[in-house]
Amino acid sequence: MGLTRRDFLYGIGGVTSSFVTRKAFGATKSFSPHENSVGVLHDITRCIGCRKCEDACHQVNHLPDPKLSFSDLSVLNTVRRTHSDVYTVVNRFEVNGQSVFVKKQCNHCLEPACASACFVKAFKKEITGPVIYKESLCVGCRYCMIACPFNIPAYEYHNPFSPKVTKCTLCSDRLNQGLLPGCVDICPKEALVFGTRQHLINIARQRIDEHPERYIDHIYGEHEMGGTSWLYISGVKFSDIGMREDLGTISAPALTAGPLSAVPIVVGLWPVLLTGMYAISKRKEKIAEAEKAEAVKKAQRIMQEQMETKIAEVKSKSEKEKEAAIQKAVKQAVAGAEKKFQSEKSEIEEAKS
Amino acid sequence: MTTHSESRSLLTPFNVVAGIIVMVGIVITGLRFFSGLSTVTNLDDNNPWGLWIGFDLLCGVALAAGGYVTSASCYIFGLKKYHSAVRPAILTAFLGYALVVFALHYDVGRPWRLPYPIFLSQGTTSLLFEVGLCVFMYLTVLLIEYSPAALEWLGYKKARNIIVRMTLALTILGVVLSTLHQSSLGALYIIAPSKLHPLWYSSYLPVFFFISSMFSGMSMVIFEGSLAHRYLHHKMDKTHLTESEGVVLGFAKAASFIMAGYVAIKVIGISADNNWHYLATPYGVWFLVELIGFVALPSFAYAIGVREKKIQLIRWTALWSVLGIVLNRLNISLIAFNWQLPTSERYFPSWMEIAISIFIVTIGVLVYRFVVNRMPILYEHPDYQEHHS
Ligand code: SF4
Ligand code: SF4
Ligand code: SF4
Repeated sequence: MGLTRRDFLYGIGGVTSSFVTRKAFGATKSFSPHENSVGVLHDITRCIGCRKCEDACHQVNHLPDPKLSFSDLSVLNTVRRTHSDVYTVVNRFEVNGQSVFVKKQCNHCLEPACASACFVKAFKKEITGPVIYKESLCVGCRYCMIACPFNIPAYEYHNPFSPKVTKCTLCSDRLNQGLLPGCVDICPKEALVFGTRQHLINIARQRIDEHPERYIDHIYGEHEMGGTSWLYISGVKFSDIGMREDLGTISAPALTAGPLSAVPIVVGLWPVLLTGMYAISKRKEKIAEAEKAEAVKKAQRIMQEQMETKIAEVKSKSEKEKEAAIQKAVKQAVAGAEKKFQSEKSEIEEAKS
Repeated sequence: MTTHSESRSLLTPFNVVAGIIVMVGIVITGLRFFSGLSTVTNLDDNNPWGLWIGFDLLCGVALAAGGYVTSASCYIFGLKKYHSAVRPAILTAFLGYALVVFALHYDVGRPWRLPYPIFLSQGTTSLLFEVGLCVFMYLTVLLIEYSPAALEWLGYKKARNIIVRMTLALTILGVVLSTLHQSSLGALYIIAPSKLHPLWYSSYLPVFFFISSMFSGMSMVIFEGSLAHRYLHHKMDKTHLTESEGVVLGFAKAASFIMAGYVAIKVIGISADNNWHYLATPYGVWFLVELIGFVALPSFAYAIGVREKKIQLIRWTALWSVLGIVLNRLNISLIAFNWQLPTSERYFPSWMEIAISIFIVTIGVLVYRFVVNRMPILYEHPDYQEHHS
């Protein structure tokens, strides 16, 4: 049997003392808690919404008193969630003309999204069951709050110098002292049962099987998001009492495993590929440069050839011109001489006559 | 310049507005750090991430992608015509990342513990750890990549030459780190399938973020370039001016292609998860506004701009695409996040959160202006000119 307030006192030794000695944290990657890890079964059909569990939670965690006392049930008129000074709330839902009360707190997931998300490992799933927050590491990025599928962690936004993330601790300190969680301890209707998770699943199964008219056939938390240490059984659909049924069974670490495994690929492959691309573009550049040099050379050669022929042309032209000039001069000289000869000849002839 | 004309020139409308923003920013900064997050923000337990993550971190990092895109084009792909665009892009990237880290100090509860994840307790299962580590290392790489400009200005020749010789290694490191953290920013949301609207949630989120960071970076380089042309024309040398048109056309063409591919894989993402039926809901319409109105259409406009060599059209398209990136990041972080919560529990930023975001952007503009007015960013230092062809 699981443990309620009454039978707890007798059976306490067995369950918890074995854990006190085994205090080590679970492994980092897969949080895989101990198979004897503990949890709480919340039988929603038994809850009467007395809010005594909220009161006890406040007492054991030394939280400030709320404005309205815990006996004031008008609080139930609105659906509430956990806050920095409220680790657990009881909500009322009207389903088929009936009031259904359900308690809400951290579910102490087997593979907690909050722990998987925290970039300083401020959350740890202890092998004993509780998911524990270490204030001394927390930076306050609030990614755990983004990650938690149950919207549980809250933040002390009003605290300027030492703001903390807050949530239910499964009364981990009390467990270590051999005490029950505050809420389980006080519940007058045995709507909360403490025990090893496996045991609680058996109880839940048994109750569902024995009273199929009273319960729907679903143990909430057995598989949700990889399973949780808190378990719930109910007479109405969970989605009608503010509990999401579309969360799936894949745990948070499994969801992020894909992108995380891409890291070594990028780190390993990118530099090689990029250096390759660089080499290719460098080679292209070199080829282009060689081609350019070649082209320049060719152009130069053509230029030179053209130049040479031009020079040769000019040379031959000037030679021809020179020759012509000589010939001209000779001709002139000859012509001059002839003229002279003619005039002298005529002079002589004149003188003769 | 004489003291007199200097003091008069300081009273430009821009400076007056910037001065007011900075003063308001300082007052809110005081409130934030001495009286707590709840005094200045609308954050609550259901909405732990607001404008400072959605805009300052997600948009800031995406829009600073111009650094790795430009330096990779120039130094790895050998597109030398982008050379004059590298320095301004590296400077903006460096300032962008520095401001992202600065903004984070406002957002996290205990900013003095920000070195914890790197030096004290490494949460290696967390994608945020990967983001943090990569952003930290990339900021260092960008500082080194940027430093030659400062060293030239200060006249430290030797140090400058050593760093310039490391260019290729730094560029490759920059691309690796950018690939990792640009994609991881998208992967941050993979842990919360129950909170992000199915049209935006996808196991391809890291791929979407990485690919969009490429055209985001290119558009930002074009957009910044057009602002610089208008206001800092006198600081540009001939190489910069003659090359800038080629940069605009080249990046516009590349961005156009990548955006078209991005639209295609987004559609594949919808079919892979068979989310077609959501398109008929209001969120679906909003999704189409983002995807068609702010990615497909700008992609088309870029293509036209390139074909008809309409630089002005390309410049406006760059602004359009940048707005598209901002819209996408805000959709994922704020608008489509927590979509199932009743309206009364949804987040809307307080005016002080908006003021701080504007304050941080203003600081960026002021520092950018200070640097380009003094250091060889938009022109080459006469002592260190390289040969261009
Ligand atoms: S319910 Fe939320 S806070 Fe509690 S262990 Fe699971 S993920 Fe963490
Ligand atoms: S807020 Fe604290 S506990 Fe939560 S993820 Fe950040 S560092 Fe970890
Ligand atoms: S104390 Fe028990 S019965 Fe009362 S509200 Fe809590 S869980 Fe329900």
